[in-house]
Amino acid sequence: MIKRAAALLLLTIIGGIFFTLLTGYSADENLNLTAQYYAENTAKDIGAANIVTAIIVTYRGLDTLGEVTVLFLAAAIVGLVLARSRGAGAAQTVKAPVGELLTTGSHSLLPLILLLGIYIFVNGHLTPGGGFQGGAVVASAMLLLLLANPVKRFNHRLISIIESFSGFSYVVIGVLGLLLAGGFLDNRILPIGEFGQLFSAGAIPLIYSLIGLKVGAEFSSILSNLSEAEEL
Amino acid sequence: MSALILAMVVLLAVVLIGAALVAIKGKSLPIAILSAGLVSLIASVLFLVLAAPDVAMTEAAIGSGLTTFLFFFVLSRVRGGEND
Amino acid sequence: MIAQLAMATGFALILIGFYGALTNRNILRMIVAFSVANTGVHLVLVAVGYMNGRTAPILDSAVSATEAVTRIIDPVPQALVLTAIVIGMGVTALMLAFAYKLYEKKRSLDIGKFTELRW
Repeated sequence: MIKRAAALLLLTIIGGIFFTLLTGYSADENLNLTAQYYAENTAKDIGAANIVTAIIVTYRGLDTLGEVTVLFLAAAIVGLVLARSRGAGAAQTVKAPVGELLTTGSHSLLPLILLLGIYIFVNGHLTPGGGFQGGAVVASAMLLLLLANPVKRFNHRLISIIESFSGFSYVVIGVLGLLLAGGFLDNRILPIGEFGQLFSAGAIPLIYSLIGLKVGAEFSSILSNLSEAEEL
Repeated sequence: MSALILAMVVLLAVVLIGAALVAIKGKSLPIAILSAGLVSLIASVLFLVLAAPDVAMTEAAIGSGLTTFLFFFVLSRVRGGEND
Repeated sequence: MIAQLAMATGFALILIGFYGALTNRNILRMIVAFSVANTGVHLVLVAVGYMNGRTAPILDSAVSATEAVTRIIDPVPQALVLTAIVIGMGVTALMLAFAYKLYEKKRSLDIGKFTELRW
């Protein structure tokens, strides 16, 4: 009982802080200086129609490199923690078949879902979406495969090859930007092209596709590691 | 037009808070997990109203899709622990 | 008005999530509560970037590059939240893996049964 009272007291204090924040908030009438710079210069410097993509891939590219590294570490630690719990294979309990509808449906839906994921991350600089969303859609195709065939084992070597290849290429493109253009991860190593076309915005489609592959491989590895853990 | 959007935001906010209460107080754990997924899904609609389509896509794909399945994978592996 | 409403909802979600994480005894329920609080934080951050009567930060035929400064909302919080959602999913996966490991050790998900580091 005393614990619940302490929790409620803590929440009241936090709620009071939130209330003062909320009543003191007034929306800006104009963009602040950083946002104004991005709004004015993205089209002519970067050539990307989606300003959020321009910030993530180019202006703040180093942060995104750190982000995919953190995600890689999370996936690696999940694999490490669950490594000894993985089913030995032969000891797997035989599960009930998943049904004709799911098996057939997954065969016809899988290529379409993969295509949608690739479309989302290739068009990241023009439309909403990009590497993270596309990677998650690709991973959900892998999830459908897992649901249709629960005893299936993914090829972990293939996943780690895709993951390390795209991570390595990402860093190589960043260093190329340092040598050929203005700085690390500068997208102007390729021509900026015509605004609004698929092959425009320099290296952004290339970098975002690599991020999409890397994120998709990492999510697939987390999903397959958790689904291969032995039932306790 | 503006009043319509405002009414929609109020509705979404009420559903969000209701689903969040079910997510932490719900009787059975699967219903709590599904409600947490519903919170993410409604939040992604709210992001769209707040003119953030990129965030809406990410929240719908990752927050309400993959995370819910992670919870269910673990839940099916710890049979018997859900009522502790 | 929309921004204030969304922000209030986000703060309410954070409080509900904290309450659930502090009062529930089951580890999986605590993780669910944390993910609710996570969504609340995203909602507050996106609401901070919203401006009345403006549109999404994507340039096309409707919003040309020259008038972007007066037509689009702040893109920086959106980029921040995009990062936060992806990292949040990684953190949730880690917490779930550790919950599985703890269950393997004690065959229970009750936080009161784990007394090794208690003081």
